[in-house]
Amino acid sequence: MTPKALFAASAMAALLLALPASAGQLTIGFSQIGSESGWRAAETSVSKQEATKRQVNLKIADAQQKQENQIKAIRSFIAQNVDAIFLAPVVSTGWDSVLKEAKEAKIPVVLLDRDIDPSGKELYLTAVTSDSVHEGEVAGDWLAKTVGTKACSIVELQGTVGASVAANRKKGFDTAIAKHANLKVVRSQTGDFTRAKGKEVMESFIKAEGGGKSICAVYAHNDDMMVGAIQAMKEAGLKPGKEILTVSIDAVPDIFKAMAAGEANATVELTPNMAGPALDAIAAFKDKGTVPPKWIQTESKLYTAADDPQKIYDSKKGLGY
Amino acid sequence: MTALLPRRGLAQILALIVILAVDRVVSPQFFDLRLQDGRLFGSLIDVLNRGTPVALLSLGMVLVIATRGIDLSVGAVMAICGAIAASLADSHGLPVVLAAALGAGLVCGLWNGFLVAVLGMQPIVATLILMVAGRGIAQLITEGRIVTFSSPDLVWLGNGSVLGLPVPVVIALGMLILTGAVVRGSALGLLIEATGGNARASELAGVGTRAMILSVYVWCGVCAALAGVIAAADIMGADANNAGLWLELDAILAVVIGGTSLFGGRFSLVLAVLGALIIQTMNTGILLSGYPPEFNLLVKAVVVLAVLLLQSPKFSGLAGIAARLRRTKA
Repeated sequence: MTPKALFAASAMAALLLALPASAGQLTIGFSQIGSESGWRAAETSVSKQEATKRQVNLKIADAQQKQENQIKAIRSFIAQNVDAIFLAPVVSTGWDSVLKEAKEAKIPVVLLDRDIDPSGKELYLTAVTSDSVHEGEVAGDWLAKTVGTKACSIVELQGTVGASVAANRKKGFDTAIAKHANLKVVRSQTGDFTRAKGKEVMESFIKAEGGGKSICAVYAHNDDMMVGAIQAMKEAGLKPGKEILTVSIDAVPDIFKAMAAGEANATVELTPNMAGPALDAIAAFKDKGTVPPKWIQTESKLYTAADDPQKIYDSKKGLGY
Repeated sequence: MTALLPRRGLAQILALIVILAVDRVVSPQFFDLRLQDGRLFGSLIDVLNRGTPVALLSLGMVLVIATRGIDLSVGAVMAICGAIAASLADSHGLPVVLAAALGAGLVCGLWNGFLVAVLGMQPIVATLILMVAGRGIAQLITEGRIVTFSSPDLVWLGNGSVLGLPVPVVIALGMLILTGAVVRGSALGLLIEATGGNARASELAGVGTRAMILSVYVWCGVCAALAGVIAAADIMGADANNAGLWLELDAILAVVIGGTSLFGGRFSLVLAVLGALIIQTMNTGILLSGYPPEFNLLVKAVVVLAVLLLQSPKFSGLAGIAARLRRTKA
């Protein structure tokens, strides 16, 4: 027995002791970025839930936002001879050599949430990500449908300047409302994806638009900025959710709280469940040899006040957002 | 009061007036004020209200800089104290919340002061430690989430009003008067300036330079704590990742715009706060202008450069020479 195999065997033995494993139980290593945001924490907890549901042994390595830690974790997963590796890459480049090692060890790699440099396409099995342009479109389509034919001035709270998510969510929304001449974005500023800046920018929008009376809807690239904007509207004596429509993206618990209070209208979910589809793809690949498509797009589900926001809030608040 | 309002504030007041005038051009309703639910409502109030955190930070920072030091950790201290306040708000009364948050700020300041005054570390390095570690501590307190609260007392600190003015503005004004009374009402200000001017000579002359340095960092920590509590109260939640992020740089900038030299030796509290207002007047103007956000940082940089050039004796010297040359040619 080589030391590597011995190590793998002892790891497997430890695992068998720890879990009442079924015969063909899969062991999957997941190199997670670290606690960069509430969404990331929720992704980790949902991944654990999804793995337990499918009786998969999921080993999560926290990289603390460092690529070298992720590379180390992948190497250790290869040494443990896991059945598959999930990777939420912290950056898009510099993965070639470690992914080649995984390929040589015949361990399939699935990317979660983020894609990597196109030069490495053959080095991974599939990528499970959300389409942020599509998220913007879903938000725009909802607004267009809700407003109908009346004229509507929209103010937009953008994400951080230069972030690809912000650019994509803007592009998708612009495409969706371009089909409707009555919808127009009158003001657009960055709120840096934060509550504090979302509030400050919304305060200035309200002043610039004559006390906010001419604003018909607010579109925010994430829910946190919208939570701040809702506070700004309330303090200015406006009624968000009634006088001013709101639509934002991410579906974090606090926006459901606002929705339950009638102060927010809609949110588009960036699902924290990236591991579920990835686990299904790996299971099909291992059992039947089905090669999944290179990109598995997660659903961008729209939630409105009609979806029992209080119940969703209760179910989401424990996930670590 | 003459000590609080030195004659050298002319450049700053001029800069503020010019920026206010530009704001009036890009946004015709800039000076409009009305009462809304018992509080004043308008862009000018936004400038004061949004400028409060940096104004509070600059009150502490200006004293630190006067001793020839610098405090890079104030943004992180804001995050720590905001996180503490938010975590305690719904289970404890306001006095406990404030005591805990301000106490934490005091401890942070003591730590910085200890590293600089007792261990003799370079201030920029000593406070860099807490700048990095502090945000981590704040994230540990909030467990990486945005901790929200609904305690009406703490919310009032961020969103309430006194005589029509937002509470944060009143607090900042109170802190300015308090700090001014303490350092300019006694010899303390002079001793701080002496420490910054020449620590060794002051030491020999009997100034307790170590105590001076320690106390300015402690005061800076307390001011940062107050700013952190206000920032958390404002959004009814503590966002450890973003609260106070990069505000240490705005605070240093406010102090510098206020004409205080980074080499220490002299300072002006009022002008530092004026510097914070200049920065915020510009920020609010940019938001009101409707320019694409890609221009924000560029506009800010150009304005800051202009304000600093206005103060530079060499630059006004050059301008004077140019004017004289033109006159001799004519």
